[in-house]
Amino acid sequence: MKEDLREITRRKFLHRSGSIIALGAAALALPAARAEEPNLVEDPMRVPGVLPRPYGERSPFEKQQRLGGAGPGAPHGWGANAPNNFNSLTPLQDLHGIVTPSSLHFERHHNGVPAIDPARHRLLVHGLVERSLIFTVKELERLPAVSRIAFLECSGNTWDGWREAQDVTVQDTHGLTSTSEWTGVKLSTLLEAVGVRREATWMLAEGSDAAGLDRSVPLTEDVLNEAMICYGQNGEALRPEQGYPLRLFLPGFEGNINVKWLRRLKLGSAPFMTRWETAKYTELLPDGNAYQFTLVMEAKSVITAPSGQQQIQPGFHEIRGLAWSGRGRVTKVDVSVDGGRTWQAAQLQEPVLPKCHTRFWFPWRWTGQEAILQSRCVDETGYSQPTRQDLVKVRGLNSVYHYNAIQSWRVERDGRIRNIHA
Amino acid sequence: MEGYATYMHKCVITGVAALVVAFGAVSFGRSAEDRNEYGLGRPAAEQEIRAWNMDVSPTGEGLPPGQGTVKQGAQVYATKCAACHGPTGVEGPKDRLVGGRDTLTSPKPVRTIGSYWPYATTLYDYIHRAMPFNAPQSLTPDETYSVIAWLLFQNQVIAEDVVIDAQTLPSIRMPNRNGFIPDPRPDVR
Repeated sequence: MKEDLREITRRKFLHRSGSIIALGAAALALPAARAEEPNLVEDPMRVPGVLPRPYGERSPFEKQQRLGGAGPGAPHGWGANAPNNFNSLTPLQDLHGIVTPSSLHFERHHNGVPAIDPARHRLLVHGLVERSLIFTVKELERLPAVSRIAFLECSGNTWDGWREAQDVTVQDTHGLTSTSEWTGVKLSTLLEAVGVRREATWMLAEGSDAAGLDRSVPLTEDVLNEAMICYGQNGEALRPEQGYPLRLFLPGFEGNINVKWLRRLKLGSAPFMTRWETAKYTELLPDGNAYQFTLVMEAKSVITAPSGQQQIQPGFHEIRGLAWSGRGRVTKVDVSVDGGRTWQAAQLQEPVLPKCHTRFWFPWRWTGQEAILQSRCVDETGYSQPTRQDLVKVRGLNSVYHYNAIQSWRVERDGRIRNIHA
Repeated sequence: MEGYATYMHKCVITGVAALVVAFGAVSFGRSAEDRNEYGLGRPAAEQEIRAWNMDVSPTGEGLPPGQGTVKQGAQVYATKCAACHGPTGVEGPKDRLVGGRDTLTSPKPVRTIGSYWPYATTLYDYIHRAMPFNAPQSLTPDETYSVIAWLLFQNQVIAEDVVIDAQTLPSIRMPNRNGFIPDPRPDVR
């Protein structure tokens, strides 16, 4: 069905472009053939290439990088901003497919990245258990392993969405989400080894960074089925910024609870009410109450190209973006080029995995008129990504976290793309 | 309050049910005492657990011996905290700690210990493990209790003569104790 739609759209597009060229619209016509000067000095066919290297690096021509971030409303960047940065954002506008290169995975830590020798690192599992056990990293690696490709998103991602729209990039607005292949041991394997007592319903996870970050994890069926203690990311050991040598991974849950540099799991019968689940990572509503233990990241999508601050020319553009849901698979992504008046189905790139970035694309021909590009996704529970208006109606403007409304990019007549609230 | 209590009760029930289901599914068919199938990991000695078991829960479990007063806390705060949080806990530049009562429904809510935090025990858990930012875990239990006393006094949660220790801290009722509701999402249609 989707294939058909795409084929129809393509045919329409080809038909339309043919008509436009036939009409002689100068801006859209093919440029005249012009030979490029051969550069014999830099001809890679005339000089031997580089030999194999022990650890690969990207081409020196590739310059994409993370962007330092400093919180809601604060300017992003490195240089003078660097001392205030407490996170870094993934350059979504430059990436292909669904997996985020480990070097570009977003970061959020609360007192720097610790330097940990894996040979000295230990994981203690204790509390309401039959026997408290201490594991080395090597022992955990020997246990039955599991791998899974899944997104990880900070619940503060898109927090500027609660405020007036700034003229920024998709990296600024949505760069606190990334996808990796995560490898480790299932939490349930460890819980079995220690013999969890029946009264255990919550688990404290604690990191060995200078923040000693601690969060309470409810032992729901989803958590018991899916939680992992990870040591691998995209085929190699976790990056230090992602918790080397061990992190908790809870697919679909807000980033903060995926505790990095994990050193301790303590089983208990109630939440521990740490700062990170009371003072922070709770969402203040207009009536003065706040949501607590909002762990699932709800469905969200964004067009990554064309996107904020980019400049486009009239002609063909494949609208590209990412969609994801903490509740399962993305089942549908629609794209609008007229600010949400009309919607058409985008094509989803296979494989579409649960709780994972899903790449979508939609062929579009820009004619030079003002346009407003939007995407909205639906997940397997039937949940549909809300408009900003609907989200704000329920949550107000002071939630800080868990903003997941439809993103709008306005294409201005000169081809400049601007972040707006439509 | 009732809503929250019901919620916690539900969590307990759901959690227990989930555990039964999950362990039923993955059980090796042996008793709970005999499931360390892979023989990996070594038993943790009591001493090791004590050294790492640093969390403090709302019941006060985990609080060490020691005590602190508002007066002592003023000194600790001035020396170790004021540089980041301001002379009275209001000025910053880092998180504002004091004031903000009755602002949560305003367009610019001020979330502080006094206006937002639901549990006083969280102060011990967090300050001991993470503060001061440049020297975490450097405060003694007495210093930690003292600075908590000062912060609660500044926020008008306790009187100036209250001594904070493992018994008094969990008994303190924070002004925003009932300000939290369990995740009701999906809430936007």
